[in-house]
Amino acid sequence: MEPQSELLKINKNEYLAQQKSKLEDALDMGLTKDEYNLICEKIDKIPNITELGIFSAMFSEHCSYKSSKKWLKTLPTEASHVIQGPGENAGVIDIGENLAAVFKIESHNHPSFIEPYQGSATGVGGILRDVFTMGARPIALMNALRFGSPDQPLTKHLVSGVVRGIGGYGNCIGIPTVGGETNFDKSYDGNILVNAMAVGLAKKDRIFYSAATGAGNPVIYVGAKTGRDGIHGATMASAEFTENSTEKRPTVQVGDPFTGKLLLEACLELMNTDAVLSIQDMGAAGLTSSSVEMASKGSLGMNLNLDLVPTREDKMTSYEIMLSESQERMLMILKPGSEEEAKTIFDKWDLDFANIGEVTNTGRLILTKNGFEACNLPLEPLVEDAPEYNKPFEIKTNKKVYKPSDLKTNLTIIDILITIFKNPNIASKKWIWEQYDSSVMGDTIFANGDSDASLVKIHGTEKKGSFGKGLAITTDCTPRYVKSDPIIGGMQAVCEAARNIASSGAKPLAITNNLNFGNPDKKNVMGEIVGSIKGISEAASYLSTPIVSGNVSLYNETNGKSILPTPVIGMVGAIDEVENSLEISAKLDNVLIALGQSDNFKAGWVGCSIYQEIINKKNDGAPPPINLENEKKVIEIILKLNEQKLLTAAHDISDGGLLTTVCEMLFKYNLGLEINLPNNLINCDSHDPLLQSWCFGEDQARIIIATKHNKKVQLILKENNIDFFVLGQTNSSNNLNLKDITTISINEIKHINEKTIPSMMGDEQ
Amino acid sequence: MRSGVVIFPGSNCDRDMIVAIRKITGKTPIKIWHKESDIPNLDLIVIPGGFTFGDYLRCGALAARSPVISSIKNHISRGGTVLGVCNGFQILIEAKILPGSLIRNKKLMFTCRETTLEVQNCIKNPFLSGLKIGECLKIPVAHNEGNYFVPKDLLKQLKEEGRIALKYIKQNDNEKNYNPNGSTEDIAGILSNNGKVLGMMPHPERAINYLHGGTDGLKFLTNCVEQIIG
Repeated sequence: MEPQSELLKINKNEYLAQQKSKLEDALDMGLTKDEYNLICEKIDKIPNITELGIFSAMFSEHCSYKSSKKWLKTLPTEASHVIQGPGENAGVIDIGENLAAVFKIESHNHPSFIEPYQGSATGVGGILRDVFTMGARPIALMNALRFGSPDQPLTKHLVSGVVRGIGGYGNCIGIPTVGGETNFDKSYDGNILVNAMAVGLAKKDRIFYSAATGAGNPVIYVGAKTGRDGIHGATMASAEFTENSTEKRPTVQVGDPFTGKLLLEACLELMNTDAVLSIQDMGAAGLTSSSVEMASKGSLGMNLNLDLVPTREDKMTSYEIMLSESQERMLMILKPGSEEEAKTIFDKWDLDFANIGEVTNTGRLILTKNGFEACNLPLEPLVEDAPEYNKPFEIKTNKKVYKPSDLKTNLTIIDILITIFKNPNIASKKWIWEQYDSSVMGDTIFANGDSDASLVKIHGTEKKGSFGKGLAITTDCTPRYVKSDPIIGGMQAVCEAARNIASSGAKPLAITNNLNFGNPDKKNVMGEIVGSIKGISEAASYLSTPIVSGNVSLYNETNGKSILPTPVIGMVGAIDEVENSLEISAKLDNVLIALGQSDNFKAGWVGCSIYQEIINKKNDGAPPPINLENEKKVIEIILKLNEQKLLTAAHDISDGGLLTTVCEMLFKYNLGLEINLPNNLINCDSHDPLLQSWCFGEDQARIIIATKHNKKVQLILKENNIDFFVLGQTNSSNNLNLKDITTISINEIKHINEKTIPSMMGDEQ
Repeated sequence: MRSGVVIFPGSNCDRDMIVAIRKITGKTPIKIWHKESDIPNLDLIVIPGGFTFGDYLRCGALAARSPVISSIKNHISRGGTVLGVCNGFQILIEAKILPGSLIRNKKLMFTCRETTLEVQNCIKNPFLSGLKIGECLKIPVAHNEGNYFVPKDLLKQLKEEGRIALKYIKQNDNEKNYNPNGSTEDIAGILSNNGKVLGMMPHPERAINYLHGGTDGLKFLTNCVEQIIG
């Protein structure tokens, strides 16, 4: 080999990248002193800058899950319908008829705060690649968004940018964005959450995995060229924010949904041949994580010539090429001899296609650049020796139980209801949803709040007399419950998701989770992580909805202030005949029946509720308790009633309680209702705390159903030992009457519901 | 009926349009790749929606320079029928097959929602003849640049020639946002001077099932097929 001085002449920066690192370099890259010493010991040399960069990316929280791994391992991940659990690009479940649903949720929190449009757009692009890498055509997108206080000026800018970014990518690539959630809380003022979920469809026997096979097989780079964008993005996503965080803008990736669309079509076309042996997208930590993970999963090695990587800019160094997070790129191992066939497809779609190296059996990652060896590392320490920390934790729970009488107020039921629908957390998100293409692909049955879960038809499963199968999707989390009690909060997120899936008429099947928390070095934050994982695990195993994929986002703090703990649950369920699905809207002359525990229909749980927030200006106290047996009962009965085609609508009772839920069921068809009250409340007035707790309490395991077959439904409920309370029959009056206590104009509430977000965003028309 | 759907890099409503036409005719339309300059004789060519070439430069501007455009122009000069939906409409405008321009929506936001269209009194054409003048169709839109703009003299000419085919219409007097994009005189679709080319922003292929989007798109497309077959 030529002397290093030759390299200095050709590419000075590459020369520098190949020099031995120092401890300060490691600290700059976010590694600790101990981690640096461990690396030197494990590889038996002092790494050069490129090698150290590769280690720092693989050891980052984002790639190694070093703080959460110990606890993630305790999540239930298995069931007979699970084809692939966590550890691959996305989770895969069997949905019958030789079909598989492939799905995952992923965060793009830090980049979206710094650069809302590109941050959220690339979040969508990244999660779509995770899904089509597995051989699945994406059929639906969802998102879970958390913004800061609505009255903070920056919030408007962030909402507008994030919504445009999500739409910008999803609309262009032509995958419908069918739903999700958007919430506001001041704890997200300096650290918003952007979690994007994608669901795809594949043939059960045509799933593609990432483990490399066969020494000597060609390693192919496809897609967009590599640029200097997003370098060390994974490390940025693993650090807290400070005032100077916007200086990190150059580490935010730039998305190109058009190239994403071409890559999607080209990959799926190639996957129809038998050329692809394994494939992995270049997401966080780009070429580093894709090459390391493919080679290590296959217990093999990889030699790559970085001079062959298509680059956007001249004289990029090995360090930059390995750590760039340029979007819309894939790494594949092809069957030898199929390169020409594959290249023809990528040429057709005008995408780069480069044979950049080969699989080896050395167990090492060897990279050359400008003719010099830029990296020679054993793969095992990169993957196996990433630290796993058992960080100290303390699960803090708020045990204070509020009685309705603790919340005395002069507000009437109407005052409270208006305040609830003026709260952007409850109000209609139509202003946001209309900016997403929810109907492209022509299979969307329910999007954006039509039903408790979004529902897409599965193309090609139409049969005589039926439009075929459907997939129901939801994302849920109530962070204030998690804050008050991480275990109950974790359970509640799973239960609400399952209730939402069931309320659409589908059977809950599996979960992808996005665990968003603050700094895990703080005991209480670590306690939130541990506690909510415990809660999620318990509920998910009880409801047989295993976790098949997920993502962890830590260090969501700004200047030491942590976000509300936000473990988002993305759940997928299936329905055999989509025409049997349920929307939330009741029809005329339907009887509304609330299912749940009879105790909860005498007085409501007010602690930690939106109602309490209105009265006390804060959330305090223990969240409503969770009884998994009751949750399961209510889910099972709703599916049973729906199978017998006895229901016309269903809506679970969550934020804002029973009366809020009833209003939402009456909006669409402008209906009214004479609502029955339990005997103990008949003589109350509109200020009565007990009556108000009945209206707005947030007890769990409750769903309101609408039926035309009142008697038959009641009979079945009794036979199955389900507690219920008959609310009344819908009429065309457009008024909701609580006996003689109060009359509520549904039209007025509906108007407030629809105007809240537009007026917050300054779009009054 | 022999039909074809043109596919450019970035087209994304091609499959939906193929499904809709197959549902009506029982026959699968042929796919025409944008680089093809030689296309067979067809009764109907559809340019579907999408973001051809990423909408970079201007919506439809790059697609309008693809080789397939000259064969579409030949097809039109032979009296052939062409339907352009959404991005397809934008391409027809960029290719100067239809007049006017489609600019950013008035609110500068992408908008996806149902709209109500009114069939206009226009020249004989294979798309709307068969439907009643004044008939309303509920068909969704999903676009960023659907704000149809024409100078006054051209607008006058289009009116005189009976080339305004579809308009967004209010369902009641209080409805404010019935026009989703701020287009001139609520125009949603226009015809070529021989009536054989229609460009429209709404997506009829997304309204072919009562479970979602309703069936007015199916009614519209079925009428097209019947008119073309004769």
